[in-house]
Amino acid sequence: MKKIILVLSFSFLLWSCGGNESNIDPEKEKLAIKYGLTPFEYENGVGPIKQKLNIPSEIDRIKAESGKKIFEEKCTQCHKLDERYTGPALRDVTKRRTPEYIMNMILNPQGMTQKHPEAKKLLSEYALQMTFQNVSQEDARNILEYLRSESK
Amino acid sequence: MKTKKTILVLVPLLILGTILFNCSQSKETASFSDAAEKVYVAPGKLDEFYAFFSGGFNGQLSVYGLPSGRLFKSISVFSQNPETGYGYSEETKAMLNTSYGFIPWDDAHHPKLSQTNGVPDGRWIFINANNTPRVARIDLRTFETAEIIEIPNSAGNHGSPFLTENTEYVVASTRFSVPVPNKDVAISSYKENFKGTLSFIKVDQNTGRMDLAFQILVPGFNYDLAHAGKGPSHGWAFFTSYNSEQANELLEINASKNDKDFIAAVNWKEAEKYISQGKAKWIDAEYYHNVFDEEKLHAYSEKKSKVLVLNSKECPGIIYYLPTPKSPHGVDVDPSGEYIVAGGKLATVIPVHSFTKMLKAIENKDFIGEVDGIPILRYESVIAGEVENPGLGPLHTEFDGKGYAYTSAFVSSEIVKWKLGTWEVVDRIPTYYSIGHLMIPGGDSKKPWGKYVVALNKITKDRYLPTGPEICQAAQLIDISGDKMKLLLDFPTVGEPHYAQAIPADILIKNNKKFYELEKNKNPYKTNGEKEAKVIRNGNEVHVYMTTTRTHFKPDNIEGIKVGDKVYFHITNLEQDWDIPHGFAVKGLNNSELLIMPGQTKTILWVPQKAGIYPFYCTDFCSALHQEMQGYIRVSTQNSNVKLSYN
Repeated sequence: MKKIILVLSFSFLLWSCGGNESNIDPEKEKLAIKYGLTPFEYENGVGPIKQKLNIPSEIDRIKAESGKKIFEEKCTQCHKLDERYTGPALRDVTKRRTPEYIMNMILNPQGMTQKHPEAKKLLSEYALQMTFQNVSQEDARNILEYLRSESK
Repeated sequence: MKTKKTILVLVPLLILGTILFNCSQSKETASFSDAAEKVYVAPGKLDEFYAFFSGGFNGQLSVYGLPSGRLFKSISVFSQNPETGYGYSEETKAMLNTSYGFIPWDDAHHPKLSQTNGVPDGRWIFINANNTPRVARIDLRTFETAEIIEIPNSAGNHGSPFLTENTEYVVASTRFSVPVPNKDVAISSYKENFKGTLSFIKVDQNTGRMDLAFQILVPGFNYDLAHAGKGPSHGWAFFTSYNSEQANELLEINASKNDKDFIAAVNWKEAEKYISQGKAKWIDAEYYHNVFDEEKLHAYSEKKSKVLVLNSKECPGIIYYLPTPKSPHGVDVDPSGEYIVAGGKLATVIPVHSFTKMLKAIENKDFIGEVDGIPILRYESVIAGEVENPGLGPLHTEFDGKGYAYTSAFVSSEIVKWKLGTWEVVDRIPTYYSIGHLMIPGGDSKKPWGKYVVALNKITKDRYLPTGPEICQAAQLIDISGDKMKLLLDFPTVGEPHYAQAIPADILIKNNKKFYELEKNKNPYKTNGEKEAKVIRNGNEVHVYMTTTRTHFKPDNIEGIKVGDKVYFHITNLEQDWDIPHGFAVKGLNNSELLIMPGQTKTILWVPQKAGIYPFYCTDFCSALHQEMQGYIRVSTQNSNVKLSYN
């Protein structure tokens, strides 16, 4: 009981300050409720990124370079850019998902496949649980920048 | 909630209890339901204590939970383990180097937790090798062996590895005296040529790194066990000795003649002074020091050639002999540091020496003789008391911190509880069977956690389902929270549970390492991500730089290997999450398999003998596509010209 109240009040908090969504699409709101998520979470994933990030449209080359290095050491064993491997191809992932969603998937893969309908779907399709590869929030941000730089 | 659980546990137990009630339930056993509840750790709940049990002749150290008695891990120490590759992989082979060559086994007896201010601190645990004298240090963040140091001028390293109250030193003594340095002499020249040594290994407080600081040359008795002083007796270490007769044949008769043998009280602070005054001599001694480099995740051996030796004859005041009946085995110091309790194996009493009285006797030169210049103190002047009727064959004593001592009696197969100060026996409980050591969590420290005593038994006979002539060894968990000891649980153990130590789980959990960080892995053969996976030929050596992840190897097809090549598989597990090891095995691998933990690099050598196709695969179930985690190696004849290729 206590827990429910906590979760409710927490989600209320998130609701009131989470994201800068001035006008929430009522369709999405319904879906979010259906999956037990806040509209922000439905759009941007569940994890440590709890509000929209301010991402300039210009690619930050230094961030992207650092992200590439991490990606090659810790991610390429499952993800290629242009082919389906043990995980999905990521060339266009920044077109499919919001930046916050991508970072939450990197930082909280286990939580995502448990709570988010999209991640759940992918888990059943690939039968492999994506793992957290021990990266910091800054690392995840750099990986995101690398993926943005590779997007066509 | 709790009552529900109790009822759930109770009802079947009560029924069982009623059925069994007629089958003579001894009064020492807690009632079935009470005992069951005390040792039951519900699914998903964690044990209260980590307990480390030596495996005796199996050379390893096993990790159990208390009170459940569940086994969690066997830590490879002195024996190769083909399950993980310990002692087989290129990274760990060096751990087992000695001056006698590579030794793949030993007999490990006494685990000892490192201490700070006389209390176990959870940094490291040390354990001895008896047969080829060595001391190992296990890192309690990884539960892996971090270091093994050989001890020269020693044999039967039984009185080891006992440590001082801040882990300044780990001490080790020779159970079997030998010529020092070892040489080819007639065994009958024992009295003339054979000596004992007491070794002091310095421990670096930051790294745990061991260094054989000095040895003390002592008369050629059998130095059996040891304990360092604490509190007021800090600065001293006590070693039991038997065979003061200096017999060299049929010891069971010839070494049991004297009514009293000795506890050697060693003033190591005084020894340090003598060393600083230049009294010690460097003598030639070949021994190995093997360290597992934490960054390189690779073991390296250093061969040492000298050791600093103090001759007790030339250093008055560093050793005094406390006469102790009879052929004493264990020596245990109570939490206050005042009482030195001996397990007089063949004595009818437990003699307890007083540290205060000992100092006074030394001051008054209350000696009754000497051995090789070492004064023998007068028994009546140093004894604090004798515990009467302590059972037959008393061996070891631990303490509960509430003023009581618990002594194991091997021959009468029981634990005897007695009171410090009055020396009276207040309780006794049978053990099944032939108890050697016993263990109370923190029971050798300044602040025992008490609660339980564990009996470590040599024989199990009818206690479990029989398994042919060889049956399991056993431990028994006994509740000591009340006035009467109560037997709660029997549980089988791996190898001989010679001795054990336990520590509250919280102390270790907070430092537990879950995986090796890839960024910090500086192994010389690490592969940084899949794009660096490659195969390189160098003459007849082939180096395969391979990565694993769920659920494939990179590369997974290799051609151009030839019969007789030395193929090194350097495998890096790219996972960075808890509990995702991968295994590696290739058909006909006449070495061992590998288990590679997340973020770790391990190497195994394979020399293919015949041309053909060799599959390799992951042996540690890792995911839904584990069965797909495989690859092929093509091996061609020596003169073939199949090009080296991989993908």
